[in-house]
Amino acid sequence: MIKAVPKPLEEVLDLVKDFHKVLIAGCDGCVTVCEAGGMKEAKVLASALRLYFTQEGRAAQVDEVSLTRQCEKEYLAELADRLDAYDAVVSLACGCGVQYLAEMYSHKIIYPGVNTCFLGVNEERGLYSERCQACGHCILADTGGICPIARCSKRMLNGPCGGSEKGKCEINPEIPCGWELIYERLKTLGQLDRFEKPVDPKDWSSSRDGGPRKIVREDLRI
Amino acid sequence: MNATTPSQLEKLIASGKFAVTSEVGPPRSADGAVIEHKGNLIKDYVDAVNVTDNQTSVCRVCSLACCIRLKLMGLEPVLQMVTRDRNRIALQSDILGAASFGIHNILCLTGDHQHFGDHPKAVNVFDLDSVQLIQTVRLMRDEGRLLGGHQFEVRPQMFIGAAANPFAGPNVPMRVARLAKKAAAGVQFVQTQCIYNMDTFKEFMKIAGDRGLHEKVAVLAGITPMKNVGMAKYMQKRVPGIDVPDEIVRRIGGVPKEKQAEEGINLAVEQIEELKEVKGVRGFHLMAIEWEEKVPEIVERAGLYPRPG
Repeated sequence: MIKAVPKPLEEVLDLVKDFHKVLIAGCDGCVTVCEAGGMKEAKVLASALRLYFTQEGRAAQVDEVSLTRQCEKEYLAELADRLDAYDAVVSLACGCGVQYLAEMYSHKIIYPGVNTCFLGVNEERGLYSERCQACGHCILADTGGICPIARCSKRMLNGPCGGSEKGKCEINPEIPCGWELIYERLKTLGQLDRFEKPVDPKDWSSSRDGGPRKIVREDLRI
Repeated sequence: MNATTPSQLEKLIASGKFAVTSEVGPPRSADGAVIEHKGNLIKDYVDAVNVTDNQTSVCRVCSLACCIRLKLMGLEPVLQMVTRDRNRIALQSDILGAASFGIHNILCLTGDHQHFGDHPKAVNVFDLDSVQLIQTVRLMRDEGRLLGGHQFEVRPQMFIGAAANPFAGPNVPMRVARLAKKAAAGVQFVQTQCIYNMDTFKEFMKIAGDRGLHEKVAVLAGITPMKNVGMAKYMQKRVPGIDVPDEIVRRIGGVPKEKQAEEGINLAVEQIEELKEVKGVRGFHLMAIEWEEKVPEIVERAGLYPRPG
C-alpha cells in the first residue's frame, strides 16, 4: 500500500494561515491504514488549526471530512456541493488523491497535508518499510521474492556491492542488505544458480523513465 | 590467459609476472597539475595507474580527463567508471571517448552511494550496475555493438577489470559467487579491496581457486599502507566493506607516533611478500591514499622493482 506521513503542523499552518474557511479532506484508503490521513488525522489536524486561529484571535472555520478514496471521481464528487463554502482544502490523501481532487475542482486551492513516501508494508503499527518501486516489470520470480530495486540502495540487479557489512547496507546499519537477503533466500530455495547468472541491463522504460505512465485495460473498459 | 588488447597491463599479466598497479585521485578543482605531479611520483614504479571516478561520491575532476592526461604523459591509465552518476548513454559515450584516446584499461564499478559524499542530495542513476557495465564493455569490444543495438566499426580495445571485496562479509562464499558472476559477465582482472585480514583473503582465494576462477580472472591484491594509528582506527570503524583486525591497529599503535608511518610501510611490504605465495594472486594494486610518494619505496622493498617494459 501507499505509505505517507503527516506534514509538520507548521508547514500546514503556513499554507492556510491567511484563509478564513478551510476544509481538511481525509481519505479512507491507504493513508488511513498508515494513520497519516484518515478521518482521525483529519479531525486532529482540524482541531490543531482551530486552536491556532483561536490563539491568534482570528475568526476562522475549519471543518473535516473523509472520502472513501480520493483517487476515484465518484467519491470526489461528494464534495461538489460543499467546496464553494471554503477558501482552501487541505487534502490528506496521497499525492494521487491531492492531484485528482485538484483536477476535479480546478478553481479551488488544494494543498497537500501529507508527504507521500513509498509503496510498503506495515511491519508493526507505526513502522512501515518500502517493498516496491512500481517499475512496471516485476522480477521477483528471479530474485527469491525480494526486490533489489526497492531493497538495494543502488537498485543493483547483480548485487551485493562491496559496501555491505555484516549483512547491512553501507548507507545505514539499520537497513538490511537487500542482496544478502536475496542470496540467503535463493540458497534456502535451492536456486543459487540464479545468483551467479548475470542479469542483463533492465528496460527502465516501464518505470518512470518512460514518462508518465498509463494503463489501458481494454478487457475492462466498457 | 592470452592478451587480446593493446593493454600493456594485460600483456604483463599474460606473461606470468606480477603486475603492479596504483591509483591517483583527481583534485577537487580544475588544477590539472595535481594529476601530473601524482603520475610523475609513481610512473616508473607501476605498470598502470587507476584514476578514481569521483571516489566516495565527492565531486572531482573527471576520471576520463585525468586518464587522457596520464596517457599523454606516457603512462598507462586504468579508467575507473562508476555507474552511480551516468546512465548507459553517458557510460558508453565515455568508453568510446576513452578508447579514441588509446585508453585500453577500464575498471567497472557500481560506486559508493552518494550519501557518503559532498552532494548527498543528488539523484543517483544506477541505470546499470558493475556487472552490467562489464557486459557492456565486452559487447562494445567483442561485438562492436552498443546496448541500443547500433553496430559500429572502430571498437574500444579494453582490458576489462572490476573490484572484488572478499571482506564485505560475513559470507565469503557469497563474495566468491559474486566474483564468479563478474567472470561470467566477462571481467578479466579484479583489484581487491585493501587486504588487512589475511585469513579471510586466503579463504576467499581458496574457494575461488577450487572453482577455477583464478584461471579466468587475474586477481590483483589490494594494499593500502597505514599512515598512523588514527587511520587504522578510522578504516576499522568508518569505512564500509573494509575489515581491519585489532592486531593491525595494535601493531601500528604500538610504536611511537613518529615511527607509525614507517611501521605502516613495513606492514604493507610484509603483506605483499605473504600474498606473493597465495595461489591466484597475479599482482598488486597499491592504493596509497594521498600518499603516492610512498609507492616507489613499497615497490622497491617488496622486490617488485624494476618494472618490466
